[in-house]
Amino acid sequence: MGCSCCGTDKMAQELDRIIAKHKDTRGGLIPVLHEAQELYGYLPMSVQKQVAEGLGVALADVYGVVTFYTQFSLNPKGKYKVSVCLGTACYVKGSGPIFDKISSILKIKNGECTPDMTFSLDACRCIGACGLAPVIMVNEDVYGRLTVDEIPAILDKYRKMEAGIA
Amino acid sequence: MIIRAHILVCGGTGCVASKSNEIMAQFEKHALANGIEKEIKVVKTGCFGLCEKGPIVVIYPEGATYSKVSPDDVKEIVEEHLLKGRIVKRLLLGDAEAQDVARSLDNVGFFSRQLRIALRNCGVINPEVIDEYIARDGYAALAKVLTKMTPQEVIAEMKKSGLRGRGGAGFPTGMKWEFAAVQKADQKYVCCNADEGDPGAFMDRSVLEGDPHSVIEAMAIAGYAIGSNQGYVYVRAEYPIAVQRLRLAMDQAREYGLLGRNILETGFDFDLEIRLGAGAFVCGEETALMTSIEGKRGEPRPRPPFPAVKGLWDKPTILNNVETYANVPVIFNKGAEWFASIGTEKSKGTKVFAVGGKINNTGLVEIPMGTPLREVIYDIGGGIPNGKKFKAVQTGGPSGGCIPMEHIDIPIEYESLVAIGSMMGSGGMIVMDEDNCMVDIAKFFLEFTVDESCGKCPPCRIGTKRMHEILERITQGKGELADLEKLETLANSIKQSALCGLGQTAPNPVLSTLRYFREEYLAHVVDKKCPAGVCKSMMTYTIIADKCKGCSLCAKKCPTSAISGEIKKPYLIDQSKCIKCGVCMDSCKFAAITNR
Ligand SMILES: Cc1cc2nc3c(=O)[nH]c(=O)nc-3n(C[C@H](O)[C@H](O)[C@H](O)COP(=O)(O)O)c2cc1C
Ligand code: SF4
Repeated sequence: MGCSCCGTDKMAQELDRIIAKHKDTRGGLIPVLHEAQELYGYLPMSVQKQVAEGLGVALADVYGVVTFYTQFSLNPKGKYKVSVCLGTACYVKGSGPIFDKISSILKIKNGECTPDMTFSLDACRCIGACGLAPVIMVNEDVYGRLTVDEIPAILDKYRKMEAGIA
Repeated sequence: MIIRAHILVCGGTGCVASKSNEIMAQFEKHALANGIEKEIKVVKTGCFGLCEKGPIVVIYPEGATYSKVSPDDVKEIVEEHLLKGRIVKRLLLGDAEAQDVARSLDNVGFFSRQLRIALRNCGVINPEVIDEYIARDGYAALAKVLTKMTPQEVIAEMKKSGLRGRGGAGFPTGMKWEFAAVQKADQKYVCCNADEGDPGAFMDRSVLEGDPHSVIEAMAIAGYAIGSNQGYVYVRAEYPIAVQRLRLAMDQAREYGLLGRNILETGFDFDLEIRLGAGAFVCGEETALMTSIEGKRGEPRPRPPFPAVKGLWDKPTILNNVETYANVPVIFNKGAEWFASIGTEKSKGTKVFAVGGKINNTGLVEIPMGTPLREVIYDIGGGIPNGKKFKAVQTGGPSGGCIPMEHIDIPIEYESLVAIGSMMGSGGMIVMDEDNCMVDIAKFFLEFTVDESCGKCPPCRIGTKRMHEILERITQGKGELADLEKLETLANSIKQSALCGLGQTAPNPVLSTLRYFREEYLAHVVDKKCPAGVCKSMMTYTIIADKCKGCSLCAKKCPTSAISGEIKKPYLIDQSKCIKCGVCMDSCKFAAITNR
C-alpha cells in the first residue's frame, strides 16, 4: 500500500479481462468501472485510459462518468474506510456530531485519507440500517446506536490491529 | 424425521449488522450439541420490519417472537425452548406483563394494525429458496396471465385495481403500461427502479432482500402486457445483500423455466439484467435512470417524449418502483376488485413506510391507504422515546415536507399529503421531536439537493445553492427578516423552472417548514436564538449556579480551558474562549450546564 502507481502488470491483465467480459454489453462502461474500482480500490487516470481504449470510448466520456457518480473515486482510500451515515434517520439522531468527532480525531475531512493511508473518511447516504441509527461503517463492520463517546475506542481498535500487524 | 420446530432468523441488513448470521450458526451448533439437529430447521428470512428490536428470531409452531437476541442467548433458547418446551420469557418481544403467553407476531401491537401485501413474504419465507416462494402462490399469477389472459386483459385488470406508483409520484400503473403497450416498436423494455434514493427509506431494499421473486414475477407480467422481452433492475450499489439475493433468485427462476426463453412453455420470452447504480440520487428520476443504464452520466432529459414512447435506447420503456411491482402478483391472484376494496377512493391498496428517527419502534410498516398518520406514529410506532414531545414527521424525503402536530390526524393518501405541503414519496417517514431544529432540518435536505443536483439546469444548480447560503446564514445567526421572503420567492421560481423532479421538489422541505414553523425561523432571525439548541453558533453555554456542585470535571475536560472556578463552588464559562464544542455539557453529571 501507499504506492499510487498504476499497479502491477497482473492487475492490468485482470482489467483487460474485465473489459473483454463487458465489451459487448450495451451500456457496459459503468459495470466495468465498478469492477475496476474493486480491483484497484480507486480509478486513477491510467486505469481510466485503459478502460477508454479497451471499450473504444473517449477518455473524456470515461472521466465524465467517473466524476458524475460519487461511488467512483479518483483518490485512493485508506486501509480502513470509515463511512458515517448522514441519512435522515441517522442525522436526526445525531450522526452530525459523530462525523465531526471522527474528523477531529483523524484530522481529515470528508473524502480524505490520513497521510499514513490507514483511515479514510466519507459521509455516506442511508445504508438502510435505520433501526440502528446512528450508524457508522468501518469497511464491512457496522456499528450502530452510537454515541460520540464510543468513537475513540472504535478507532483505537483499528489502530491497534494495524500496530499488531506492522 | 419430522421437523418439529422452525426457527426463523431475520437476515435483513439491519439484523445482519447486529450479528444475525452468527446467531444462525449458534443455533446449528447447539442443536447439534444436543442431538436435535434433524428435528429443527433454521430459516434465514427477509426483514420482519421491527428493526429497532433486532435481531429478531421467531420459533414456530408456538410463534414465539424473541427480540434483541445475542449469539450468547442461543444456548439458552435451544436448551430451554427447543429441548424442554419452555419459552425464554426474558427475551420475548412485547410488554413485560403480557409475557406469560407466547406471543405470536400477529398479537404484537406493532403488527396487528398492519396489512401486509407488498411485504407478504418478508420475514416469512427464505428468500434464497424459490420453492418457498412458489409454496405461497409464487408464479401462479404469471402462469395465469400467460395461459389465460391477453395482454389487453392484463392491462384492464391493472387499471381496475387502481394501483398507483409507489416510487413517489403515484401515477396509475395500468395507464403507464397501456401507453407503452400501444406503441409499435421492434423492442421495448421493462425497468425496475430500485435506486431508493430517499436517505431514510429502506422498503425497497427489504422487499428485494426478503422477497426478490415477487419483483421478478411482476416484471415478467409487465413484459407480457406491453410486449417486451427484456428487463433491467437498477439497484443501488449500497445494497449488496439485495443484489446478491436478486441474482440468486434470477438464476433459480431461469432454472425452473420461469425466466428466460419460452417461459412455462407458452412461447413467451423474458429475461432480466441487473444494473448497479453508483451513488447519484438523480438517477432515481426516470429519464436519468435510463441514461445511466445506457452507461452515461445520469442526467435527466426533458419530457415529452415520455419513456413510454422513447425511453431506454430510444425504445418504448416502462419504469416502476420495487414496491409497485411487489403488489402486482397479488392483484392477479386475488383479483382487482379485492385490491380496489382496500384503501380510499383515490388511493388503493397499502403503502409501506420506513419509520425512523425519534420513535420507539423503528422499522417497516405496511398499512392500508387512508390510515391516520397518528395511528402509524403512536399505535404502531409506539410514540416518541424518552418522554419527549412530538414536533414533526417528515415524509417524501428531500422532495417532501414536514407535517406538524396540527395535521397528525390526516389520512395517509397521495392527495391529502400533497394538500398539506408534503407528499407520499417512496415511503420514508422520519419522526422529529422537540430537540430537532426545523431550520437545521430544512438546511440538511437542501444540502442534500445541492450535493445531488446534476447541474444541467441553472434554476436547480444555482438556485438551490443560493437557498442553501441563506439558510446557512440564518443558522449562524446572521439572517435578516428579508431572508425569509427571499427564500420563498426563490423556492417558488425554482419549482416552476427546474427541468426535472429533483429541482422542482427541492424547495419543498424549506417551504413546508416555513409554513408550519415560521416562529422557529423568526427566533433564529430576530432573537438570534435556536430554540431547539441545535444551531451551534447561536448557543451560549452557561453553568446554572444552583445545580453546579463545583466538581471541576467540566473544567478539566474543556479543550480551551474556558472554564474556571473553585472546588465546591459554582464554576464559570469564559464566553470569549468557548468554542461551543459541548464537551462540558456532555460530561456534567448534574445537568448543570445549558446551551439555550
Ligand atoms: C430526483 C428523483 C428521485 C427519485 N428517486 C426514486 C427512487 O429512489 N425510487 C423510485 O422508485 N422512484 C424514484 N423517483 C420517481 C421515478 O422518477 C419514477 O416516477 C418512479 O420510479 C416510477 O415508478 P412508479 O410509477 O412505480 O412509482 C424519483 C424521482 C425523482 C425526480
Ligand atoms: S432540476 Fe437539478 S437534477 Fe434535475 S436536471 Fe435540473 S440540475 Fe439536474
